[in-house]
Amino acid sequence: MRVFRKYWDLYLLILPVLVYVLVFHYYPMFGLQIAFKNFVAVKGIWGSPWTGLDHFQRFFDSYYFWRLIRNTLGISLYELAVGFPAPLLLALMIHEVRHRSFRKFVQTVTYAPHFLSMVVLVGMVLMFLSPQKGVVNHLITWFGGEPISFLTEPEWFKTVYVLSGVWQSAGWGSIIYLAALAGIDPGLHEAAIIDGASRLRRIWHINLPGIMATVVILLILNLGSLMGVGFEKVYLMQNSLNKESSDVIATYVYQSGILGSQYSFSAAVGLFNSVVNFILLVIVNAAARRLNETSLW
Amino acid sequence: MDHPTIGDRISGALIYAALAVILVLVLYPLIYVLSASVSEPSAVIEGRMWLFPVDLTFTGYNKIFHNEEVLIGYRNTILYTVVGTAINLFMTTAAAYPLSRKDFAGRGVITAILVFTMFFSGGLIPTYLLIKSLHMINTIWALILPGAVSVYNIIIMRTFFQMSIPPELQEAAAIDGCGNLQTLWRIVLPLSMPILAVMVLFYSVGHWNSYFNALIYLSERSKFPLQLFLREILVKGEVDNMVQGGAAMIGQDQQILDAEIIKYAMVVVANVPIFLLYPFLQKYFVKGIMIGAIKG
Repeated sequence: MRVFRKYWDLYLLILPVLVYVLVFHYYPMFGLQIAFKNFVAVKGIWGSPWTGLDHFQRFFDSYYFWRLIRNTLGISLYELAVGFPAPLLLALMIHEVRHRSFRKFVQTVTYAPHFLSMVVLVGMVLMFLSPQKGVVNHLITWFGGEPISFLTEPEWFKTVYVLSGVWQSAGWGSIIYLAALAGIDPGLHEAAIIDGASRLRRIWHINLPGIMATVVILLILNLGSLMGVGFEKVYLMQNSLNKESSDVIATYVYQSGILGSQYSFSAAVGLFNSVVNFILLVIVNAAARRLNETSLW
Repeated sequence: MDHPTIGDRISGALIYAALAVILVLVLYPLIYVLSASVSEPSAVIEGRMWLFPVDLTFTGYNKIFHNEEVLIGYRNTILYTVVGTAINLFMTTAAAYPLSRKDFAGRGVITAILVFTMFFSGGLIPTYLLIKSLHMINTIWALILPGAVSVYNIIIMRTFFQMSIPPELQEAAAIDGCGNLQTLWRIVLPLSMPILAVMVLFYSVGHWNSYFNALIYLSERSKFPLQLFLREILVKGEVDNMVQGGAAMIGQDQQILDAEIIKYAMVVVANVPIFLLYPFLQKYFVKGIMIGAIKG
């Protein structure tokens, strides 16, 4: 009680934040029970009748299930393979630049696309890739090729998604690696140079191990969200012609839940997704802790 | 380092060359948008404009500034950004300061409660039903309250308080009769301007660029933020064109031509505030990421 008398004002200060997380984060978690119920608006979340695992069963049996899993995992794995190494490579290269002004210029330019909104980014992608009016297809036809309709041919969707993501965020993602690289003891490099190690060997044997802990943490976070392809970008890039390869769990939840008002069913789909994500994160984190003694918690 | 070997010179040159290519790849689309926005539409559509503006014209900008909805969007976005950021700033400080105090009982439990929400959430549907039952649909609160504070930013700010404000200073203030809140207001915050700047920028850019909450919670056009109007002009318009097999090329009507450069001009107009702030953004965002990196 003495503690409370001395700190009552701090508790009062943090109270709004606690109320906020309880209302906007924990209450919706309890609201997830509608995934096991048949939500009836007039009865509310608590009064609607239970149905057990019916909605999950319906989702697993549905025509869309494997398509959604395939697209969600396909986009994440593609992104992991291409989007994850890109900022790392960029940082390793920028770190080798000795001219300060060139280095600064490269950083200023590559960070800039990060600040474009998703709407603007996708808008630019659509304009540039437009079959008749876009600069990319002008270039292709100029070299004598046939224009490609990137956004309406399903096989191009994931490539466009991942590469535009690299364009937007590789520079920004390199910041964290550059910070880690700056922390490496220059003495190691001096000693290695005396021993005759080339630049590439020094990058491989000093810089890369030096930032391994950072790489592993970011890899854990990436693997943990393997099933969590975000809604915002996919939704904007999606159209009726590319849906076969662009429909992911998040857009499906939006479509059947918000637009189709099947609240219970979409909540079940969303819950399935969150649980898989959470389990993935725990497993990957445990594995990393065992292998590398690096962990999120 | 003074006498690099031939191998090192070659690898060094290759790295510079690779970075130069990357620079071009990143810069070209940005310059293209800028040039296209002031070029003759037909030059852009037919591919006669490669880098610099062709037949300078400001039709696109002229049309935008006479479009009422764009102005409404701009006004709404400014309102949402200012109100939202103010609330974010208060909430972040209100959580970060107590949690930064080692003598604050319960900080472990409270931190755990907050951090758990970073890894698990109720998801879209329960949150949507909550907003609906709170009667926030079609109000500014639906855009601002669900994201009133980011736990990640709380952690960044807490780390800053712990690293940069000496506890002795706060103890001295307490001995001099300062209450906890007075210490925060008079001692801690004046020393925390850099982190406050980081937070203002993190949050305000987030509000400026966000469209998702507006998409699901707003249906009245008079309340739409700029990003939703942008989506209609840039994304929906473009897709309609593509699906109809390029009606624009068949029609060759001046209005349809103009529509094309209006899009480019829109991209520029939507990003003007951000690019004016860019030098500050870059400096402070980088600082924020560094502090965030220390405490993973």
